[in-house]
Amino acid sequence: MKPLSIAFIVFTLALLGFSTYQALVVAPTEATMGDVQRIFYYHVPSAWVAGLCFNVNFLASVVYLWKRSLNADALAAASAEVGVVFCTIVLITGPIWARPVWGIWWTWDARLTTTLVLWLIYVSYLVLRRFASGGQTQVLAAALAIFGFVDVPIVYMSIRWFRTQHPSPVMGGGENSGLAPEMLHAFFWNLLAFTLVGICFIVARYRLQQMENEVEAAHAQLALQGGAR
Amino acid sequence: MNSFWSLVAATLVKDIRLEWRSKDALNSMLFFSLLVVVIFSFSFDPLAEESRHIVGGLIWVAFLFAAVVALNQTWARELRNQVLDAYRVSPAPPNALFLAKVLGNFLFVIILEALMAPLFVVFYQLRSVGPVWQLVAVALLGTWALVVNGTFFAALSIRTRSREIMLPLILFPISIPALLAMVDSTTVILTGDGTPDFWLKMLLVYDVVFTLVCLLLFETVLNAE
Repeated sequence: MKPLSIAFIVFTLALLGFSTYQALVVAPTEATMGDVQRIFYYHVPSAWVAGLCFNVNFLASVVYLWKRSLNADALAAASAEVGVVFCTIVLITGPIWARPVWGIWWTWDARLTTTLVLWLIYVSYLVLRRFASGGQTQVLAAALAIFGFVDVPIVYMSIRWFRTQHPSPVMGGGENSGLAPEMLHAFFWNLLAFTLVGICFIVARYRLQQMENEVEAAHAQLALQGGAR
Repeated sequence: MNSFWSLVAATLVKDIRLEWRSKDALNSMLFFSLLVVVIFSFSFDPLAEESRHIVGGLIWVAFLFAAVVALNQTWARELRNQVLDAYRVSPAPPNALFLAKVLGNFLFVIILEALMAPLFVVFYQLRSVGPVWQLVAVALLGTWALVVNGTFFAALSIRTRSREIMLPLILFPISIPALLAMVDSTTVILTGDGTPDFWLKMLLVYDVVFTLVCLLLFETVLNAE
């Protein structure tokens, strides 16, 4: 591993430690919800990273279909996997918070359902990647990625019409929105730390995919040479 | 443009003739959805009043599963004797082939729905409170939504291992908004509270958007190597 990567990982880990301290110790306890509110510092940054990953996945898929570069496909695969991981974290931390605050684990609300459908779409994307064979995988996966990305706003609109219970965006919302400064502080540190963790994961997975591609190419080369002999 | 539509017509007529002679897709779809109707009917045994609330979900789940049976056969038929490879090397526009397949599947699923609807009325003692013509609009728009994506994804899944299982796995998540619109608008019409206007518009948008995406990407998928 290059020293630069090691430095980046160490920095990310240090930042993650600092942001965890901010979230669990420094940030004040919320007046009505109590300590359970602290899950917010993990829930929202995870959702942000998942959203970031799925956007990267879409862009990389479009670039793949356009340029047919294996690296773009490797990036699409990496970002979809990491996105599913963070989306899973969102779907697990959400109900843990909802149970004491709303009194229910789950409700078919616009944001919850959209996140769940998003998760289902990208899991099906990963399943397709696993089941497709040979050189077709990249094209089929890229096509499905575009379908999934186009579907998300439609899902959101349809379920928004259906019903909505999720708290509206806390920042930049109406008059009563906004966080206490210390909370905002902790939130932004976590947002930064999670973003860097997400980037670390994507880069690691991207390199792995590149290595897999190289191994596959080497195998094909070997088979060709064996056939010529 | 004229040659485009004559190609669509030629492929469509060929598919209809094949289906007319074998009746593979229609028979399996009909029997499958009949089983679903019967099993649901005796496991719930609903009163007329209750069934208005649940039948929207049952009817579309039954048709969705049945449609998958037909969709899976769409391209499998063309694999025999390398017909699909012949399509690929022919200069015919791939979208003509795709549209013909979608129209064929649309026709088969609509026939299925027309034949099965009376059975739902009988088994669930259905009497609609809202206007029935709206149900027809829901059926036309909703079936197109399922079939256009289904035909495309069937072309995707034909390239994978275990292709029969792959289709529902990738089709259902993408179809969730369309399915929600179909189920909820059917319930709204049957019970008569509220209007399905929003859902009909949403289905229309869904149809237009995904038909365009399919037409944009089909050539790429057909020629994927």
